[in-house]
Amino acid sequence: MAASGPALTWNVEAGIAVLVLDCKDHPVNTISRAVKDEFLACFETLAADPAVRAVAFFSGKRDNFIAGADIEEFVQLTSAADAERLSADGQELLDRVARFAKPVAVGVHGACLGGGFELALACHYRVATDHPETQIGLPEVQLGILPGAGGCQRLPRLVGVRAALDMILAGKSERAAKAYRLGMVDELVPPPILRDVTVAAAQRMAGGWRPKRRRPGGFTGWLLDGNPLGRSFVYRAARKQVLARTGGNYPAPPAALEAVEYGLKHGLAEGLKREAQLFGQLAVTDVSRKLVQIFFATTQLKKDLGVPGAPPPVEVKRLGILGSGFMGSGIAGTAVSQAEVDVRMKDADLAHVAHGLGAARAILDDRLKRRRITKYEHARLVALLSGGASYAGFGRAELVIEAVFEELAVKQQVLKEVEGATRESAVFASNTSTIPITRIAEAARRPQQVIGMHFFSPVAKMPLLEVIPGTRTAPGVVSTATAFGRRMGKTVIVVKDSPGFWVNRILAPYAGEVGHLLTEGASVEEIDEMAVRFGFPVGPVTLLDEVGLDVADKVAQVMSAAYGERLEATGGVATLVKAGRLGRKSGRGFYVYKGGKKRGVDAGVYDLLGVHPNGGPRPAEILQRLVLGMLNEAARAVAEGVVRTPRDGDIGAIFGFGFPPFRGGPLRHADDLGAARLVADLERLAERCGPRFAPCDALRDLARRNAKFYP
Amino acid sequence: MPAENGRRVAVIAGCRTPFGKAGTVLKDVRAVDLARHAARELLERTDLDGSNVDEVIFGQVVPSALVPNIAREVSLLPQFPKEIPAFSLNRACASANQAITSAHDQIALGHSDVIVAGGAESLSDIPILASRRLADILVEASKAKSLGARVRTFAKIRPKDLIPVAPAIAEPSTGESMGQSAEKMAKENHISRDAQDRWALRSHQLAAKGLADGRLTAEIAPWFPARPGDHVVTQDNGVRTDTSLEQMAKLKPVYDRRYGSVTAANASPLTDGASAVLLASAAAAKALGYEPLAYIRSYAVAAVDPGWQLLQAPVWAVPKALERAGIEWKELGLIELHEAFAAQVLSNLQGFAEKGWEINEEIINVMGGSIAIGHPFGATGGRIVTTLANEMKRRDVQFGLVSVCAQGGMGFAMVLERR
Repeated sequence: MAASGPALTWNVEAGIAVLVLDCKDHPVNTISRAVKDEFLACFETLAADPAVRAVAFFSGKRDNFIAGADIEEFVQLTSAADAERLSADGQELLDRVARFAKPVAVGVHGACLGGGFELALACHYRVATDHPETQIGLPEVQLGILPGAGGCQRLPRLVGVRAALDMILAGKSERAAKAYRLGMVDELVPPPILRDVTVAAAQRMAGGWRPKRRRPGGFTGWLLDGNPLGRSFVYRAARKQVLARTGGNYPAPPAALEAVEYGLKHGLAEGLKREAQLFGQLAVTDVSRKLVQIFFATTQLKKDLGVPGAPPPVEVKRLGILGSGFMGSGIAGTAVSQAEVDVRMKDADLAHVAHGLGAARAILDDRLKRRRITKYEHARLVALLSGGASYAGFGRAELVIEAVFEELAVKQQVLKEVEGATRESAVFASNTSTIPITRIAEAARRPQQVIGMHFFSPVAKMPLLEVIPGTRTAPGVVSTATAFGRRMGKTVIVVKDSPGFWVNRILAPYAGEVGHLLTEGASVEEIDEMAVRFGFPVGPVTLLDEVGLDVADKVAQVMSAAYGERLEATGGVATLVKAGRLGRKSGRGFYVYKGGKKRGVDAGVYDLLGVHPNGGPRPAEILQRLVLGMLNEAARAVAEGVVRTPRDGDIGAIFGFGFPPFRGGPLRHADDLGAARLVADLERLAERCGPRFAPCDALRDLARRNAKFYP
Repeated sequence: MPAENGRRVAVIAGCRTPFGKAGTVLKDVRAVDLARHAARELLERTDLDGSNVDEVIFGQVVPSALVPNIAREVSLLPQFPKEIPAFSLNRACASANQAITSAHDQIALGHSDVIVAGGAESLSDIPILASRRLADILVEASKAKSLGARVRTFAKIRPKDLIPVAPAIAEPSTGESMGQSAEKMAKENHISRDAQDRWALRSHQLAAKGLADGRLTAEIAPWFPARPGDHVVTQDNGVRTDTSLEQMAKLKPVYDRRYGSVTAANASPLTDGASAVLLASAAAAKALGYEPLAYIRSYAVAAVDPGWQLLQAPVWAVPKALERAGIEWKELGLIELHEAFAAQVLSNLQGFAEKGWEINEEIINVMGGSIAIGHPFGATGGRIVTTLANEMKRRDVQFGLVSVCAQGGMGFAMVLERR
């Protein structure tokens, strides 16, 4: 970081040093080595200055406080000892603040995360604005580390061990109102008076006043947080929950739990030592490296418009949506709640439109119920949703997304209608999962305006969007679709117009292998369990049920037609569809569902498929066949340029279907295994199970050159 | 007719919610939501960007105490910039007409170029008032300084104070209800029960035809229910296709059981609904690429003593409007006459005939009127202007007349011209 003048400045007003942090040339404040040094020097001066009786600390940024420690410095760490020292340095600085003879009040507006919140915790009085931008929390575990500057010690002492663990172990941040309720800040004020209130608090403290804090939670709080016995219950419950949530694959949450527990048992000083030690160990774990890489990749993707030198995106103010089914209404509801655009839905008849509007509105109702929005915001957002059976209102739409029946002729028909109803510059996006965009665009008068936007279901929850330019799509259309997807809160990857695009392409061998494994005598539960043990959120069989077997079958047919024997549909899914078992949505698929819950496999499935779960392949082989098939196909698709970079491919797999983040994505994982070993394993599988496992040329080539996807 | 500065005001388009009899399909909806729906759908159908609108004017006769300025809530739709001023007004049953007229004036003066004007009413959601004594006690209690004083104040409440008061549709100056006035007019003007029932039947038949052939349906913005599973409302539910003179004849008169002739069948029902009309200066309409349906040529308002024939003021308003338009009655190609009661319609027509004007029923209320379609007080004017302008275009009629009677003995008239 190039230092351009001091980040920390202050002046003394009526005995109060008003201290302001503003990291010049950076949009957000972070705590780097240089900033720490400035802090130390500053506190030295303030301690010596007799005119200063107390300190009031603020951020100089308009919309953020401190986003955390400087992550660039963090990634340069090479040893646990270095990392431990970094943590101890931070602790020392904050210890300095906490023990500072003159009281320090802090005024927080905007993101106050990680090291930023730890700094606030070390101050003697915390005031926060009630603005929605003010988010306070300790997200460290999301990067595979723990709050290493005293956060594991000071937060539980302030708010009680339950609330502290709740935040630290999940890496959560809270809106200011909630943070205030929990006791994380002492006062909540409107932004215009933040400065005055904070300075006044510093004044009062200078006069000897000290805030009286009552631990929130009342009697239950005392019962669980206030004594060692209660806490031991809390630790046990938290440990169990962490294990269930991480599957033992993420070391950070249990380590953070230990840091908290150790500190409360052995006192602050010992706790800090343990915290720094554990921080050092976590910082150099492979998991943390992977999580940091993902963090950087998504940050890069947020700035990436999908094509080199793309023209700036057109701002979408009005969105037209065709088809008000599950996807259409999901897109509508998400677009309104995230991007706050005016949405006009159209379907063939008003009953469908009503249903779609209702489903889109349900997404807003849900946000209201979970207090993410107020009832007034809810009313305003609901008024952005409308629909009809005609193209009225499409004339001003900058973007139209179709989510009609998955059939080429239908898509081309609506494309022609939309071209007639919209202005020349409007973008037509198809939410197809199987039809080539270029084929759809053949019916267009303006093929350069046609693009694919492949959302995943349910749209409100799935974080990935694949943007697919056709052969004639204009670069500005790509950037418009990409930018809008991002406004909808999605992580966007731009992929090549080829069957299955990226996500469905690499899922095809994974899902397809289910049929082979069942035929060979594996059980449904066993297959799923192996995948979950590998780190997938759900196994492939459950995934098929969730997607819907009819949809999965359609995709499988397309993949099989496009790629032949290698990705041939195994037929099992089609058999179940014929028997009316469509997955979760119909109450039956591979599993049986009752009251929205999975209730196990009924024997009828095996009978229908004509197979018998009588042992089958060894567990290790099941896992190998599920995963290596996917890695092989991923390598092949990368070579074909389906994704622009391995980064996009890994992010797509992680956000698209939950490829275990701690493994960094399929291509990172392939790199970890090594191409040579992969080729050898695949060759062995090909010999035993069939040519579908034959390693692709790209992998062979990597193996020969001893190279990696990520050099 | 152009203003002195040469500015002409065009009717671009109009649309409305379905009109629902009070207590039926729209009973859970607030008037403001009906108004917002009509206005928003008007923008969709005209493909108008909200930022082109200069002002929003809405009429409402029985406003909610919680949303006193309904027009401002319309102009705060997210489709509009927040900087569009708005006001609400009340000229009784001619309120939406007054909104359109006020819009006309603002545009003609050159203060505005594009205005959304309309009206809304929810007679399912009328304010129910506490008795005056209860209200006084509550106010007093809220000012009480101690708990004891508060309890002592509350102790003054008597059971009869708890009976709520609903606003009646009656003249404050005479205490006469609207129906009683209609009954009085029927007698004074010798309008028979049979003639009233025939007019009501005609209203239903013509409205049913308009809905069936799509002319009327096209003006309605479907109402999507908030509850999943409920039907989309696409039509007015007061229009009956199954009624007959025989059935109507069976009904008992409501206001004079012995000698009366006004029944539920030959009066307009209490109704929920909203309407919105887009008005623009001729130049703005051209710049925005609209082909106007019609232009406003003139308007006039008149009033009579409410103690006389309460709903007969159109007989004074219409000639004034014609005179200001510089045309004669016989030049009118279409007439939309508000139907509060069949007795009132026939009394108004009798009044016109007495001026020597020939009454040609073929051009009056060609898609029925308020008796069949319903009458949400504040919204009716928007419906009438929309229907008239659309039909003038369809038939290519040069002059059309709007005539509306209103509470307080007022009458409203407006002349539209096609070119």
